[in-house]
Amino acid sequence: MWEDLPLFPESASSLSGEVDALYVFLIAVSAFFALLICALVVGFTFKYRRRPGNERASRIEGSLALELAWTLIPLAITMVIFVWGARLYFALSLAPEDCLEIQVIGKQWMWKLQHPQGQREINELHIPLGRPVRLTMTSEDVIHSFFVPAFRTKMDVLPNRYSSVWFEPTRTGRYHLFCAEYCGTKHSEMIGTVHVLEPHEYERWLRGAVAGEAPAEAGRRLYEAQRCDTCHFAGPEARGPVLAGLFGRRVQLADGSTVVVDENHLRESIVAPNARLTAGWQAIMPTYAGLLREEEILQLLAYIKSLPAPEVEPRNGDGR
Amino acid sequence: MTNTPENYINTDFGWKSWLLTLDHKRIAILYLLSISFFFFVGGFFAVLMRIELLTPQGDLVQAETYNKLFTMHGLVLIFFFLIPGIPAVLGNFLVPMMIGARDLAFPRLNLLSWYIFVTGGLFTLYAVAAGGVDTGWTFYTPYSSTYSNTHVIAVGLGAFITGFSSILTGLNFLVTIHTMRAPGLSWFRLPLFIWAQYATSLIMLLGTPVIAITILLLALERLFRIGIFDPSIGGDPVLFQHLFWFYSHPAVYIMILPAMGIISEIIACFARKRVFGYRFVAFSSLAIAILGFFVWGHHMFLSGQSVYAGLVFSILSFLVAIPSAVKVFNWTATLYKGSISLTTPMLYALGFLGLFTIGGLTGLFLASLGLDVHVHDTYFVVAHFHYIMVGGVVMAYLGGIHFWWPKIFGRMYPEFVARFAAIVVFIGFNLTFFPQFLLGYLGMPRRYHAYVEEFQVLNVMSSAGASILGFGYLLPMIYLVWSLRSGKRAGANPWDAKGLEWQTPSPPPTTNFAVTPVVTEEAYAYGEEEAAVAG
Amino acid sequence: MQADVPGLAHHFEDLEQQHEAGRLGMWAFLVTEVMFFGGLFTGFTIYWNAYPDAFRAGSHHLDVRLGTLYTAVLIGSSLTMALAIRAAQVGRRRAQVGWLVTTMLLGTTFLVVKGFEYQHKWADGLLPGPGFAWEGPDAPHARIFFSFYFAMTGLHALHMLIGIGVLLTMCVKAARGAFTPSHHAGLEISGLYWHFVDVVWIFLFPLLYLIGRHG
Repeated sequence: MWEDLPLFPESASSLSGEVDALYVFLIAVSAFFALLICALVVGFTFKYRRRPGNERASRIEGSLALELAWTLIPLAITMVIFVWGARLYFALSLAPEDCLEIQVIGKQWMWKLQHPQGQREINELHIPLGRPVRLTMTSEDVIHSFFVPAFRTKMDVLPNRYSSVWFEPTRTGRYHLFCAEYCGTKHSEMIGTVHVLEPHEYERWLRGAVAGEAPAEAGRRLYEAQRCDTCHFAGPEARGPVLAGLFGRRVQLADGSTVVVDENHLRESIVAPNARLTAGWQAIMPTYAGLLREEEILQLLAYIKSLPAPEVEPRNGDGR
Repeated sequence: MTNTPENYINTDFGWKSWLLTLDHKRIAILYLLSISFFFFVGGFFAVLMRIELLTPQGDLVQAETYNKLFTMHGLVLIFFFLIPGIPAVLGNFLVPMMIGARDLAFPRLNLLSWYIFVTGGLFTLYAVAAGGVDTGWTFYTPYSSTYSNTHVIAVGLGAFITGFSSILTGLNFLVTIHTMRAPGLSWFRLPLFIWAQYATSLIMLLGTPVIAITILLLALERLFRIGIFDPSIGGDPVLFQHLFWFYSHPAVYIMILPAMGIISEIIACFARKRVFGYRFVAFSSLAIAILGFFVWGHHMFLSGQSVYAGLVFSILSFLVAIPSAVKVFNWTATLYKGSISLTTPMLYALGFLGLFTIGGLTGLFLASLGLDVHVHDTYFVVAHFHYIMVGGVVMAYLGGIHFWWPKIFGRMYPEFVARFAAIVVFIGFNLTFFPQFLLGYLGMPRRYHAYVEEFQVLNVMSSAGASILGFGYLLPMIYLVWSLRSGKRAGANPWDAKGLEWQTPSPPPTTNFAVTPVVTEEAYAYGEEEAAVAG
Repeated sequence: MQADVPGLAHHFEDLEQQHEAGRLGMWAFLVTEVMFFGGLFTGFTIYWNAYPDAFRAGSHHLDVRLGTLYTAVLIGSSLTMALAIRAAQVGRRRAQVGWLVTTMLLGTTFLVVKGFEYQHKWADGLLPGPGFAWEGPDAPHARIFFSFYFAMTGLHALHMLIGIGVLLTMCVKAARGAFTPSHHAGLEISGLYWHFVDVVWIFLFPLLYLIGRHG
């Protein structure tokens, strides 16, 4: 029976060992204090039980020294745990450079995953061993959460915005993917499998998988079909900022604040263009909310991100 | 049978004398009946859930039904048992008595509180009967505001209405404790149960209105699509989470603080000793109440909240753990050189110490950002909060019911059966919930109707434990009711306890005290008379 | 057995304790009201911060002159309320009733004018819901502005209505001479509530009506 009673899920990512280490430390701390309290309680109860000769308790008010001790020592221990947990959290949150970028759309009750070269999967994700992967995720309806216990990663997937999670698989195998935010009737069926393959097997899979269009390529077609370049071009008559090289830059908004152009800002500029207007431009861009599906917005984003920065810095909006 | 002297129970018979009573003790009994009813309703849903979870497949009930079961289990037990429970039953009965008063400050508001509670409960029961709600007790948007086609508004109204009951109770206790203490009863002579109720009242007053407005906004969103939480028309679903947890986190302190108050009373009495570090325990109650308002974001580390917000909420969550730890150490130290008897209330209190400690320590796992990523929304969280709410609050509630039963009804319960039941509850509880920590770390998400094969062994253990726990809860139901007619009659102070409530007959007369007592001794002055006699 | 003091509830020791309890109770209740409205204020502020242009545009659609008018009416009603309490302090029964009636009339005026304002908004298609018709840019976020506008002013109006009801009760009691210079706690406590409702409006008005209306 004991093989059926594991304590840890498989450890399959570069950070899962570190998460387990913190877990084990916390178990040790908890076990120590729990056993200490239990031992003291049981011990005192036995030693000072009511019996002839122990009818009266001693009169003890308290002890400032003890109060300080059992306030400050737990405080110190919790601060250690806090710092350890925070550093691990930074590591889990900050994706490294040069990740394999996968787009994920969660919807009731399935996961749709898209590889950069166009392969699409439903409820399955094939990835190569040893390369960090970053998922950019959004939901078509309610809040979901992308959870792979073996990688010790999880992130909520929200409608109308993007969230992301990254991991680097360190063991081949098949691992559970669960939706971890209650999302309605078939929440417990919104599960799948992550397949970590040796790199050459991954290449083989890529070639064999049904390849649709690469997202960036589909995005270029959409960009042209929607005539985005009618307003977004370099020149004095432009009605919108140049998009090439814009991703990742900090721009100033009409109300004076600045924002970094990330996936969320780009997406909002498409579905609610006048909510956070870039400085120097008029509020004339129509909204594409309802006209584009989530996949299509992600494709446009992939296209915009792929555009190389222009050699000459365009005068985006100031003094035309 | 000899004539029993006049007390609050036999002073008047008939429906009207109970349903229109202004006596805080009778109102406490009214609450005892309704709270017990909801406990068993919520517990029943849990039984069905645990039976379903014996097998990996969803084969007992359909997915929709299961989703409604866990939602109603949470809603009923949180809003209609855990939050009102100890304050409305034991608080209502004891607060005036412990401070030497004849009643609470506003007896009519007190009765109104109960009617509001019952009205809210009826809305909820209606929703259950009409088909239930499937949003989870947390009502996350946009599922609850746009997608769910269950009776969200009915149940929301039930919770909204009941919230006013909570506010009025808190207001009553706050004013009573401030203005109606007997002569000589200074703040630092108060029983720690009163400190606990006071801190709880602060939270009830400050927190409950926010959930009221949140539910109101949710209802407006569902009815009129005003757009506040709906992302497709510009709203932010995460704003709902902030508003919801701003109350719902302090709400858990509404549940645990009164329980801690009970533990102080029981341990002092059955160790015959003043609670160690009285002032530290008193101030810890206030610290928990205040700090508890600043940690709500720890439910939202993965919601898309910024990393920096996560840091702030994480560190504050560690801070709020410290006063609870201080209390546990102080209670343990109270046992040192005490004269301890293992009566039923004491068994529950000692069980609380162990289980609350484990529950509190596992909170540290969740407060720790890097680890929460893995265990958030898994059975680890479920196990954590059940250790606190069931291993903590319910154990303390049962301990308090047994401790004050002779005072409330003038009857003793059968000690042997009661101790047996306490041990059954302890064992059943651990078997039910400890495996869930393991399940959570292994990755079993919560709110899952069906699960993958490898989680079955632990689920079976948990369900087996639940059957034992259920049996343990049924026993007091039976013997406590039995004792009302056939239990040994209790005197004024069967435990020889300190505290003004024990200076009255059991059951007490309607006006509690014939003459307003004057207090000259410190709280928990156990051993004083013996010392005075000896010295 | 304590002597029967008129107006003393049996569970209080004396009138002073009873009045202290009543006052503390009302203050505690008002704190809960602050938290109640506070949730709405917080939500409003968050969205205002996120979408300032839409909120400014929405605010400019509100009628500032009308708003200023009935703000003045409401502040005036707080004055008349205070005068009613003053009248009780000096034992003038007719003045109490007179000032209370004036307060109620001013409060009712506020509600009536507000009713007209709501009616205009509805006619303009600014009621959030399926019929929302906003010509300016960023309709979704303007709609959120109006959602908060109606929720906050509506909740405030409900509190005013309850306040008028409370004042009516006080008025009847005052007419019967229930309030004496030494015993008028009920009037004081009602006054606290009325002033609170006024104060809420004093925060609501600039927040909703005066966004960006400077210079």
